[in-house]
Amino acid sequence: MRILEGKKVTKHFGGLAALHYVDFDIKQGEVVGLIGPNGAGKTTLFNLISGSLPTTAGEIRYKGKKITGLKPHQICKMGVARTFQSAQLFAGLTVFENALAASLFGKKRSISVPDAEREAMELLEFVELSPVSTMLAKDLPVANQKRLEVARALATKPELLLFDEVMAGLNPTEVAQVMELIIKIRNTGVTLFLIEHVMKAIMSICDRIIVLHHGEKIEEGTPQEIAASQKVVEVYLGE
Amino acid sequence: MDSTRVIYKRPFSLGILFLILILLATMPFYVQPYLVILLSSIFMYVIITLSWTIFSGPTRYISLASAAFFGVGVYTSAILGQALPLPVVIVIGGLVSFILALFIGLLTLRLRGMYFIIFTFGISELIRHFLLWWEANFTGTVGRWVVIVDNTTVYYVMLVIFIMALLTAYLIRRSRFGLALRSIGEYEEAATHIGINATVVKTTAFAISAFFMGLAGAIMATRWTYIDPRIAFDPLFSFMPVLMAIFGGTGQLYGPIFGAAIFAYLEEILITKFPYYYMLLFGTILIIVIMFLPHGLVGLVQKWRKGGSRR
Repeated sequence: MRILEGKKVTKHFGGLAALHYVDFDIKQGEVVGLIGPNGAGKTTLFNLISGSLPTTAGEIRYKGKKITGLKPHQICKMGVARTFQSAQLFAGLTVFENALAASLFGKKRSISVPDAEREAMELLEFVELSPVSTMLAKDLPVANQKRLEVARALATKPELLLFDEVMAGLNPTEVAQVMELIIKIRNTGVTLFLIEHVMKAIMSICDRIIVLHHGEKIEEGTPQEIAASQKVVEVYLGE
Repeated sequence: MDSTRVIYKRPFSLGILFLILILLATMPFYVQPYLVILLSSIFMYVIITLSWTIFSGPTRYISLASAAFFGVGVYTSAILGQALPLPVVIVIGGLVSFILALFIGLLTLRLRGMYFIIFTFGISELIRHFLLWWEANFTGTVGRWVVIVDNTTVYYVMLVIFIMALLTAYLIRRSRFGLALRSIGEYEEAATHIGINATVVKTTAFAISAFFMGLAGAIMATRWTYIDPRIAFDPLFSFMPVLMAIFGGTGQLYGPIFGAAIFAYLEEILITKFPYYYMLLFGTILIIVIMFLPHGLVGLVQKWRKGGSRR
């Protein structure tokens, strides 16, 4: 079953076509990678899906329902959560409050405060941040900030999770830990769509990879197919 | 849970708060009338500052529309004062401000930073000039007389409004609504992506804060006996709460309360002792506070407490 599909998704910034007629679909339970050189339009696509930016043309459907034109909070309540390229935490709130806010407001139905508190605590445990739950988010090291972003996104109880470079800026040990975390999340049944530059990670986690270049989809396939694709190699290494 | 207890730790115990309230409630029986009048003015500033903090504290949207909401309360009182009993007039004053804030909120809360500040300031100026024009062209007057209410009644009404505002501010801080406001203040875009309807949350908080300003305006008008748009919509009512809140610090509830109380008292002293230099002295004190106490009195108290525990 398709959880997300995009038809001729287009985004123009003035005269620049950041995305041009991009078709894509993601099946329930899949882990799909989104790669491409800088400026290919990866984050723009995420911004369109999550409602941060309006689309110029085309439409995006989530579980068969059109979500283009909806506000970010509406899309979130339908079950789509995201993280940001540079962690956008509530810096002056505690780690616990960051997660609590998401579990209080993320879902369709309202939840009681004690339930939300318990859920937030469980999620912090899941991402291994419970020992620092009373710290302010801004005092966390980068790797933990990324974890908190993941926890906050998970607290909204999403069915589709968009990860925008969760591994950026992490050292190899931390990357391995985040990969473990992503596998743990996948095993809970959440569908994942992730932008990543760490190739080793994306090749080993993803079921399928979509490649963007200059705002157009140039290739799509399993990690093996992508690794073997002449087009992709050309885009990354030049002809 | 430990983490929640840390957040909601109160600066002083409930007992002391209760004692202060009893003291304030019995004040008119044993102090001079002058002090009752002075305290009413101080309460007026405390209410405006406290309600300003309800919205602008957590969201960090600096609103300069306080004069508009306060002035609307004043005008409601002037127009309806003769026709309706006092409590009804006051509540209507608050409600009109509430509704006005809903409109202004929907219009302006999509703006951020400097644009929001200037727009809110412009709105209160617009209302002032509109009323001046209206009074001159349609009613043929400049100002209005307001029904006089005795000083003790004014004092008690102010006290009741203050307690209501304090209770509201406290409950909002502790509620999920308060957490949504703080999330918006920290990172609005992220807040919308975890399901917070930022427009609704901001506009509601803005309207609640305007409600109390309207109440305060409606009762204050009765003490002034004569009002015109220049008095009712004086831009000082927009700037004062901001300065008082900065002076007190917005980190804790007691910050804006003590900030406003001390500031208002200081104003009274300076204006009677140094009528010509009072603005100059006032400005100097403010600059010193901003330079040396960036987190206001709250920051000073916290610093002192930390130092104390280390010893």
